Amino acid sequence: MSEKELGKKWDRCLADGVTKLGTGLGLGIVFSVLFFKRRTWPITLFSGAGLGMAYANCQNDLRSHYLLHRSEKEQ
Amino acid sequence: MLRVCLRGVKATARVGLCSTVSCHVGVSLLSSVTCSLAQGAAEMVVAGLLTVSGGVGGTILYAKWDHKFRAAVEKNVPYSEWLLGLALGPAPQDTGLPIKKRVSVCLYPPEDCKECNDHTVAMEPTAVLQKTDSAGTAEPLTERPVEEVAARLAQQDQEENNVVASVSASLEDSLASSAQATLQAIGAQEAALQAIGQHTHKLKEAMEAEAPSEEKSTQWKDLETALADRTTSMNVAKTALLKANEALDSLKSVIDKSKGLKVAAARPLILAAEENLHKMVVDLDKVVSKVQSAESEAKIVAQYSELVNEAKQQFHREVSSLTPEIQANWKGLTGKLSTDDLNALIAHAHRRIDKLNRELAEQRVREQIHIDAALEQQKLEDQKALEKAVGTALQHVKEEARLEQEKKLAELREVIEAEMRTQLRRQAAAHTDHVRDVLKVQEQELKAEAEQVLSSKMLEQETRYRQLTQEQLDNFTLDMNAAYARLKGVEEAIDSHVEAEEEARKAHQLWLSVEALNYTLKTASAESPSMPLEDAAEAVRASCVDSDFALALASALPEKSLKRGVYSEASLRARFYSMRSLARRVALIDESHNTLYQYFLSYIQAALLFESQQEAPPTQLHSEDLDAFKLLSYASYCLEHGDLELAAKLVNQLRGEARRVVEDWLTEARLTLETRQVASLLSAYANAVGLGTTQAP
Repeated sequence: MSEKELGKKWDRCLADGVTKLGTGLGLGIVFSVLFFKRRTWPITLFSGAGLGMAYANCQNDLRSHYLLHRSEKEQ
Repeated sequence: MLRVCLRGVKATARVGLCSTVSCHVGVSLLSSVTCSLAQGAAEMVVAGLLTVSGGVGGTILYAKWDHKFRAAVEKNVPYSEWLLGLALGPAPQDTGLPIKKRVSVCLYPPEDCKECNDHTVAMEPTAVLQKTDSAGTAEPLTERPVEEVAARLAQQDQEENNVVASVSASLEDSLASSAQATLQAIGAQEAALQAIGQHTHKLKEAMEAEAPSEEKSTQWKDLETALADRTTSMNVAKTALLKANEALDSLKSVIDKSKGLKVAAARPLILAAEENLHKMVVDLDKVVSKVQSAESEAKIVAQYSELVNEAKQQFHREVSSLTPEIQANWKGLTGKLSTDDLNALIAHAHRRIDKLNRELAEQRVREQIHIDAALEQQKLEDQKALEKAVGTALQHVKEEARLEQEKKLAELREVIEAEMRTQLRRQAAAHTDHVRDVLKVQEQELKAEAEQVLSSKMLEQETRYRQLTQEQLDNFTLDMNAAYARLKGVEEAIDSHVEAEEEARKAHQLWLSVEALNYTLKTASAESPSMPLEDAAEAVRASCVDSDFALALASALPEKSLKRGVYSEASLRARFYSMRSLARRVALIDESHNTLYQYFLSYIQAALLFESQQEAPPTQLHSEDLDAFKLLSYASYCLEHGDLELAAKLVNQLRGEARRVVEDWLTEARLTLETRQVASLLSAYANAVGLGTTQAP
């Protein structure tokens, strides 16, 4: 079902975003804790990185159809 | 007057054709007298009448006397038969030569000759015919029928046979009896002969032999017995001879009687009997003569013995007179006689010798006379005997000659008979040949005629038959053709019916399958697609094997619909609505605008833009109608109004991500549309075909 595609994509995006954010956050926290003496900037960095990665992934995922050299696994 | 005379003369000439001269003359005289006397017409008439009557009377009288003349007259003058019959009675046909011949033929048919019966039968009718032809008498003789003749002949034959049989029987009887008697007589005579001979012999022996007295006495006894035998045998012979003679006489009488019958068949029998008789007579005579000669010899011997006995007796008397004491049987007394006796005896003997000498001298003297006398006597006797013998021999010879003659006669008769038989046979053979030839010719003619008739009839029948058969055949052919044509028609009708039925059935089948397809299409529920259309399509394909159009259509069904089935319009509609919102949300996204920000913007647009839920699409789409929202509202409108096609068309105008989002729906819609189109086409086709095949009642 092609209309469900978008929904799936958004789910993936979200899940990815959450994951990345979480991971970033986690890593940030970890790194901040570990390496950067509980500064917040690694947390935000990493979560931001995470978020950014998620954003990028989501965007890529959403526009994957329009990119020609990518093989379409789904659909 | 002259004319009257002439008339009278003519009348006489007419009536008396072969009259005698005297009659003619008398009649002509009469006519002349009447001519001279008569003057007037009446007298002339009277004269004429007298002449005519005189002529007629003379003719009748002469016909009575001469039968040939009568026959001639009857033949030549038309009604003379009647007249003569009236005057004289019927013509005497039954006397004369043919009768004698017939009688002789009847009485003298040969015995074992059946052909001769036929000959006689043949002769009978010929004889009768001859009679009728030659005589020409007043009464026609009917020919005796063959059976009667044959019966008569048979009867005569039988009578003759009976007579012959009786004659032969009597002859045989008498022959047998006479033969027996003769044999007996001969036997008796022979016995007598023997007895006589024996007696004579014994006598001679007794006379000459000098045997002792006992033997002599036995001899004399034997002699006596022989004499007795002789006498008895002589008597027996005499009686037998008498009987034989009687029998021979009776045989002779029988022979004479049978001769008197004059039956030809018995002649050989008679001849044979006569011969036998003659032989018997001859034998009997011979034997009798033998016996007589034996008797005469015996007489001589008896005389001699008598003389001897006499002499003996005399001597005995002399001896006894001389010597009374000497007994008769002096021959055995030689030892007992004394000298005196002996002297006396010797003296007697001397005296006797003297006497005998004297007698001897006397005898010698009278020898010649005695001899002559004896010779004369003997001559006389010989003559008598000779005469008798000659007489009997003559008789015998006569008899033999007569018998020979009879035999010759019989032979000759037989020969003649045979010859006559052969002649008759020849005649009969000739007759049969002739008859056979005639019959053959007749047969041929009749056969030819009959065959002709037969062939013509047969031809007619055949032609008729052929005609009939041809007619029948034609009718039959016509009927057959008609029937065949009808049958063909019927068959064709049936075939066309069958075809039509088949077509109808197929159409029906197709329709049913199409209906099934439609139904299958209808099985799509709200969310799930319909049943896979494969079976239905298969059924459709199966039911339309001969229709290319339908086949093409059936095979034009999309694969997906076959495998998975199609969604119903309702489900599509439902799905559209969910899809519409999504499509609204991604309306701004396309190849160039597909960042997340664009997504965000598109989302806001979707949230903020309000279009009419449903909008009727225009007949022509302009470029500003190609907006997603508008298209979606058009499509919605179309969907609401059940026009999936137009909706699909409109949805097809979406571009970008919206397009991507509705892609599936579109394919589904397309599928459904396609399937529906095919199904509708098929159903239309099926309907059309069904309509075409259904017949109005």
